[in-house]
Amino acid sequence: MPITYTSNEQVEVYRFSIPVTIGIPLLALFVQAFLPLRFPRFAVYIDLPLLVTIFFAMARRSPVAGLFTGAAIGLAQDMLGHNPIGIYGIAKTVVGYGASSLGVKLDVENAGARFLVTLGFYLVHSAVYFTVAHGLVNMTQTWSWSRGILAGLANATLGVTLFFLLDKFKQRT
Amino acid sequence: MDSILGRYRNLIILVGVLFLQVLGLATQVKRGGGTDVESTRLIRVWAVGAVTPFERALVWGQNSADSLWHNYFYLRGVRAENRQLKDQMEQMRLEQVRLSEDAAQARRLQTLVAFKEQFISRTVAAQVIGSSGSDLSRTVFIDKGENAGIQRDMAVMTADGIVGKVLVVYPSVSQVLLISDQSSGVGALLEKTRLQGVLRGTANGEVVLERVMSDEQVPVGETLLTSGGDQIFPKGLPIGNVTQVSNGKDLFLNIKIKPAANLSKLEEVLVLVEKQERQATADEGVRVRAADILAQRLPSVPEKPAGATPAAGANPAAPNILGNPAGKPAVKPANTPAAKPASAPAAAAPKAVGAAGGAVTGPKSGPDSDSSPTPSAPPGNPQTPVNESSPQ
Repeated sequence: MPITYTSNEQVEVYRFSIPVTIGIPLLALFVQAFLPLRFPRFAVYIDLPLLVTIFFAMARRSPVAGLFTGAAIGLAQDMLGHNPIGIYGIAKTVVGYGASSLGVKLDVENAGARFLVTLGFYLVHSAVYFTVAHGLVNMTQTWSWSRGILAGLANATLGVTLFFLLDKFKQRT
Repeated sequence: MDSILGRYRNLIILVGVLFLQVLGLATQVKRGGGTDVESTRLIRVWAVGAVTPFERALVWGQNSADSLWHNYFYLRGVRAENRQLKDQMEQMRLEQVRLSEDAAQARRLQTLVAFKEQFISRTVAAQVIGSSGSDLSRTVFIDKGENAGIQRDMAVMTADGIVGKVLVVYPSVSQVLLISDQSSGVGALLEKTRLQGVLRGTANGEVVLERVMSDEQVPVGETLLTSGGDQIFPKGLPIGNVTQVSNGKDLFLNIKIKPAANLSKLEEVLVLVEKQERQATADEGVRVRAADILAQRLPSVPEKPAGATPAAGANPAAPNILGNPAGKPAVKPANTPAAKPASAPAAAAPKAVGAAGGAVTGPKSGPDSDSSPTPSAPPGNPQTPVNESSPQ
């Protein structure tokens, strides 16, 4: 799985239409909220808004755009729950920034690179979420490496498929 | 200076955005200890308003398709199932009579101690249309809100047991906090041992009973009920069963509970919108005995049309004289030996005695008297009809 180091001039920067920019994250939030009613384990292992954050951040390759995308999606996800608003927001801001910064440095267009990047960022997201929820909000949390890695693998597998589908909406700048 | 700002521009923006979110988070935590949803209600309305209409439409579509399939196309085995359900219903009616006897006795005892209890007087049925999408926030959205009379802190349940309470109310949807969420708390009572505790959810979605001292004996499998102490759930609603008991920390037992309601696959729920607190009374109303129900199951003869010729050997005046309701077999009081038919089941005799509170006797005269049998005639009264006259 080649992960190619590229210069800024070599990597392609993509943009998305406004309906896609708004519609895809909304759809991800909707599916994330709806599917656990039919598949209770879905919410435990899959985080679709996170996958969408990583995808947009890596495609745009702009850290500022990435962090704002992550913040917006994370805050919207917070609003659907009952915990204080900002826990997912902070975690996804960090992921959005990290993914877009990585996208500038590396070519993450192939499946192998996407799998590894998604797995890594899932763990980063979980760690930031755990730290904020435990340290700032005083929520009772239990950290489990096995569960984290299992969920990371599930998200990475789904992410690879999802990213290829979302590639259709990319527009070259 | 400009070059430094330009060089670290992205990092500065990141720190700024994170700082703002941490500040917002700290404000929320300070205001409500992390559980005050109402202070951010206005912001949450946007996200809920953007997502729930799609969920509602999808659930409606799914239910319509299910309904079409099950009500029109897939009717195989319905007759057999119907027969089975009828049998079950008969059994349950008998069980209901037995339980109502127990309940009547309990009410009499409660009256004696001037016991006040809460009654569920009105519920609203609602459809579950979505969830929070996170395993760290165990909430669901239902398709009823302020417009349907839902208010905050109302109890939510299914036929199997309690589900949670209403946390946030929007005009047409509400958010329900499940009992498996770690910020949830329900007053609970073990059915047999009568030990009280607090039901809480855990971070991994389990439900545990806290505050039961470790020197108490709690058997696995015991049923857990609401205690009514939280002022949200009326006393006596089923919560679940004890699945595991172990010694916890701080001298308390660690009791795991399996909720009676399937919290992971909720479809329809009931919201308790009105409950009354009143003193129990011993007013029992019309009592029905198990024997009466059994007697109703006996084979009966359909009502004959007027002018129909009675069967040979039967007394044509018998139905009127007996004063029996149409189609019911006439039965002589049990203490009249001649009245006991050889073929009638034993349950028929108690019916005749018990239905009117005494021996059923024949009316003085006339067909109108069949609606009000006179219970005062002594057994063996000459006017008392004999069983042979009843249609067979």
